[in-house]
Amino acid sequence: MKGSRTIKVDYLARVEGEGALYVKVKDGKISDLKFRIFEPPRFFEAFLRGRDFREAPDITARICGICPIAYQMSSINAMEAICEVSVDKQIRDLRRLIYCGEWIESHALHVYMLHAPDFLGYEDAIQMAKDLPNEVKQALRLKKVGNDLMAIIGGREIHPVNMRVGGFYKAPEKADFAEIKEELEWAKEASLATIKLVASFTFPDFDREYEYVSLQHPDEYPLHDGRLVSSRGLDIAVNEYEQYFVEEHVKHSHALHSYIKERGAYFVGPLARYNLNFDKLTPACQKAAKAAGIAPEVHNPFKSIIVRAVETLYAVEEALRIIKKYEKPDRPYVDVTPRAGVGCGCSEAPRGICWHRYRIDERGIIQDAKIVPPTSQNQKTIEEDLRQFVPRHLRLSDEKLTWQCEQAVRNYDPCISCATHFLKLQIERE
Amino acid sequence: MATKIKPKLAVWKFASCDGCQLSLLDCEDELLDVVGEIDIANFPEASRAVVKGPYDLSLVEGSITTAHDAERIHKVRRASKVLVTIGACATAGGIQALRNFADVKAFTSIVYASPQYIETLTTSTPISNHVAVDFELRGCPINKLQLVEVISAFLTGRKPVTPPHAVCVECKLRGTPCVMVAHGTPCLGPVTHAGCNAICPSYNRGCYGCFGPKETPNTESLASQWQKLGSDDPGIVRAFRGFNAYAEPFRKESEIHER
Repeated sequence: MKGSRTIKVDYLARVEGEGALYVKVKDGKISDLKFRIFEPPRFFEAFLRGRDFREAPDITARICGICPIAYQMSSINAMEAICEVSVDKQIRDLRRLIYCGEWIESHALHVYMLHAPDFLGYEDAIQMAKDLPNEVKQALRLKKVGNDLMAIIGGREIHPVNMRVGGFYKAPEKADFAEIKEELEWAKEASLATIKLVASFTFPDFDREYEYVSLQHPDEYPLHDGRLVSSRGLDIAVNEYEQYFVEEHVKHSHALHSYIKERGAYFVGPLARYNLNFDKLTPACQKAAKAAGIAPEVHNPFKSIIVRAVETLYAVEEALRIIKKYEKPDRPYVDVTPRAGVGCGCSEAPRGICWHRYRIDERGIIQDAKIVPPTSQNQKTIEEDLRQFVPRHLRLSDEKLTWQCEQAVRNYDPCISCATHFLKLQIERE
Repeated sequence: MATKIKPKLAVWKFASCDGCQLSLLDCEDELLDVVGEIDIANFPEASRAVVKGPYDLSLVEGSITTAHDAERIHKVRRASKVLVTIGACATAGGIQALRNFADVKAFTSIVYASPQYIETLTTSTPISNHVAVDFELRGCPINKLQLVEVISAFLTGRKPVTPPHAVCVECKLRGTPCVMVAHGTPCLGPVTHAGCNAICPSYNRGCYGCFGPKETPNTESLASQWQKLGSDDPGIVRAFRGFNAYAEPFRKESEIHER
């Protein structure tokens, strides 16, 4: 194909945060590609220095209004590692439960309101609601189930107030879950319907070979803790992360890139979790995945929407499992005495692993902090996807190709506000 | 049937976590009714469709932290009949206003290996420092019911009802025993603007001031009460330097205890 074409999206919609996309194609080849992030820096890692270690969960929650639990949980894991504290099963279950709420809320938001409109050709879910009112109402109700679960345990859905180092400020009563239990039963059916719906979408052919990275736990689907594993054999403790993963401030890219040493880009999020932990999904999830026509491994990022729907069902089932056997703990938290040291924490944000490291002194004052959000880890993979996707689809009109590029970015449910330190990404390769 | 011309709503983002604009999508029970009354003309988090301005109502999230944004907010103001700031970032500068008390060059080099690439202002400031603001909705995050109240008030041309009294009033209304009196837990409730429905004390913890200062707050008296409960000066500084650190009453009180 001769001639030069430019695809430009000045303000990428239906993502959390501010990003832009710029692709220049010359004679059928990409001459320039920019997935630009213009989210201004907010310096969390800097102003965490000097704060009390118990403040980290509430402060880091403000990195992202979409996945505050991920930040709270990862920082709590890190602080408890430093102070050598472990919590009992009841507190652990309650943490999983509130995290399920975040997954349900965030996945329902992304599947229906941010991503499905791409597949169905609508500008947004509100337009979609005119033709598919029942589906959109189902989406809103499903999202509300997640939000309500977070609010019951956490006090509110955005920046919940109940999580603390050592456990919770207050444990909910068994009776607090009476109503949500019924809604969760409904949500099970709604999630199954969601899987069916999204499986009926048309997907571009786009299988690629990726290195997937997720948490892994011996007997549960990864959510709030575990070891770090990859599809190419990595199996490490969370505190070994920096020996294998690097963040680099590249001169010409103006960005912090995450990559695996000597290997390069990697993939975090629903697809990674699913591919690495399929055997830990419930039988109902496995069955629903099979019925939806996806194998125990999926390598087409466009199909992440199906996996997200399967994970929604998992979160609903897991929430029900925990609620059914919930007994209020005698004490909602264990006492934590600060000690000088370094510790790491990691958990599975809806969009992938969220890794934290802190150093605190003997008074519990934070001396140093490092936070690696999921979206900055996927960023390199997103660019590589676009570099491969665009040349294969040059026959499309500019309008259509632009939309599909946006869709390809949204496969990753990117949360740009999260990615505190990858503003201004520019790729210039001639 | 004549088509009703609906007022146009725009949502704008500056430095923020996206949580306050998410509150609009979190109005699951009200959202479809809201879009029945209002035309969502510019809301990139939710839609790729953009309707040209001017806009009847602009909701602004986030604080001003770059030279580009300091320009952009003027364009937003010019395109908006009514401009409402939503949340602590837009109303007080947010948690990122902690840079206002520090050396931004040092901050930049802590986070970025090559600080020379980073363009940022030395301060994070509220929208009202830059343009005229018609109404400020408090909270980190905002309360979604208050957001619906603000939108409805705008639609009917009245003033939104968001009482500026203390969180204490909300504790009394919901029957939560005072955590300072009953448990000796330091609490910012007496100086903090109501609106969250006093969530923290109902979860056995002190308020951490995410709605910012109430009307006429007596921060000095509260700080001395905190000292009686065992808080030291660095602890009091940290308490006032949270999500509304740059709001004047909180900023001044924190500076007194820093000396």
